[in-house]
Amino acid sequence: MERILKRKKIYEKIFIILSLFFLSVSLLTLFSLIVDVLIDGLPRLSLKFITSYPSRKPEGAGILSALLGSIYVMIVMILFIVPVGIGAGIYLEEYAPRNFVTNMIEVNIANLAGVPSIIYGLLGLEIFVRFFNLGRSVLAGALTLGLLVLPIVIMATREAIRLVPNSIKEASLALGATKWQTIKHEVLPISLPGILTGIILAVSRAIGETAPLITIGALTYIAFLPKTPLSPFTVLPIQIFNWVSRPQKAFHHNAAAGIIVLLILTFLLNIIAIILRNYYTKKYKL
Amino acid sequence: MAILRTENLDVFYGDNQVLKNVNLEIKENRITAIMGPSGCGKSTLIRCFNRMNDIIDDFRIKGKIFFKGKNIYDNGVDPVEIRTKIGMVFQKPNPFPKSIYENVAYGPRVLGLKDKSRLDYIVEESLKKAYLWDEVKDNLRKNALELSGGQQQRLCIARALAVNPEVLLLDEPTSALDPVASRKIEELLEELKKSLTIVIVTHNPSQAARISDYTAFLYLGELIEYAETDKIFTVPKHPKTQEYLSGKFG
Repeated sequence: MERILKRKKIYEKIFIILSLFFLSVSLLTLFSLIVDVLIDGLPRLSLKFITSYPSRKPEGAGILSALLGSIYVMIVMILFIVPVGIGAGIYLEEYAPRNFVTNMIEVNIANLAGVPSIIYGLLGLEIFVRFFNLGRSVLAGALTLGLLVLPIVIMATREAIRLVPNSIKEASLALGATKWQTIKHEVLPISLPGILTGIILAVSRAIGETAPLITIGALTYIAFLPKTPLSPFTVLPIQIFNWVSRPQKAFHHNAAAGIIVLLILTFLLNIIAIILRNYYTKKYKL
Repeated sequence: MAILRTENLDVFYGDNQVLKNVNLEIKENRITAIMGPSGCGKSTLIRCFNRMNDIIDDFRIKGKIFFKGKNIYDNGVDPVEIRTKIGMVFQKPNPFPKSIYENVAYGPRVLGLKDKSRLDYIVEESLKKAYLWDEVKDNLRKNALELSGGQQQRLCIARALAVNPEVLLLDEPTSALDPVASRKIEELLEELKKSLTIVIVTHNPSQAARISDYTAFLYLGELIEYAETDKIFTVPKHPKTQEYLSGKFG
């Protein structure tokens, strides 16, 4: 009996040590990556780096067009995914009849979230660039990335709506409100923090995507700013990718500095998501 | 005068029949209590009166419910319109996570009223009718969720009154409240019946005896007995009613 107990305790200890080991492997990898990037990139990081266009000379090159291109693409993409994603989420959660077709749509939206991003690139190339003739433009890029992250927004919207207490919906309906009035005045405001979180998660996923944009033919070298949604563009990850693939060591430092900027951007987005969520959760506390 | 009348009412959730051939007349400007043990279908019945069950997926209804002579389940009847004439208060207080003012103004607003002074007037009158005005008049901008449970339930009554319904349905409105808060709501209902018809679901026979003019006893989906409250409590006709009132089950 005592031997069995002892053995059980040993197994328990082994399991804890193993878990800790795997945790530290992943954390250390992440940590060393960040340190490596910081060592390489921090010396290059300056105001001039952010405000300069790319150049053949590594010490004069900057990320202005890529940074603004990223921001521009994100803004256009948000304009696309907010109405479409929230609208689809509301329809599926509140209006869609429970039947086979709805179930198929739901399963497929969940599946879409797992499709490799390059497939979306091919889709975007065929539909937006060629069929709609948008060219290799900001708009084509934004729509392609929008398709890629739409499942995230739809699913976040549905989750958030599902969390709105039934009693609140009933209260509104019992007062003679229509379904849409109930959604507009009660369901959406209460589920806003969840929806916002989904949108920001979608943006932080999209801002790091490279493959679909390369597929649709975003340029890698741009020494001007995109003026209209139909202008050609580049984005941060593509600029970084471009610098990494150069043989000169100095460009690799530029790439590291670009990665730092991208990391800061993603980090800021996540902070905004948390702040917004806390603000609205407090405002509509139930 | 019967303001509401059910005729051979059968209700199903999927294959499960929860109301069986219910025939009931609700008299105008009276309080009618619907009592019975849990699961007897009393909440289902009251939720048929303002078509709240429509939002349940597998809900099915047979028979008719007449509101002032018109079947509310006829094709072409808009449930949204029915609900402005037949208001409802729920078991658990469910104020919106908004200010007291916004809660009461919600109904008139969704009906299209925008005039500020008119809204102010309705909010004040409704809160007065619900015996809540004196407690909240200095704090109309306070979040309704900060009120006590009893205050929240009176706010829900004020909110229902703001659209000026002809019938007020209450689904066990005091079961989540303490005796003092419950008593206050009972007093309020006795005052309100002067201007509207009240139907209240209760699992508490003594509450039915205290406030109602008519009492319906429901058991396993059937209307066992329906009569004036005095009669049903002094000389119950049906043996099941006698057993229920003597506390043999419940």
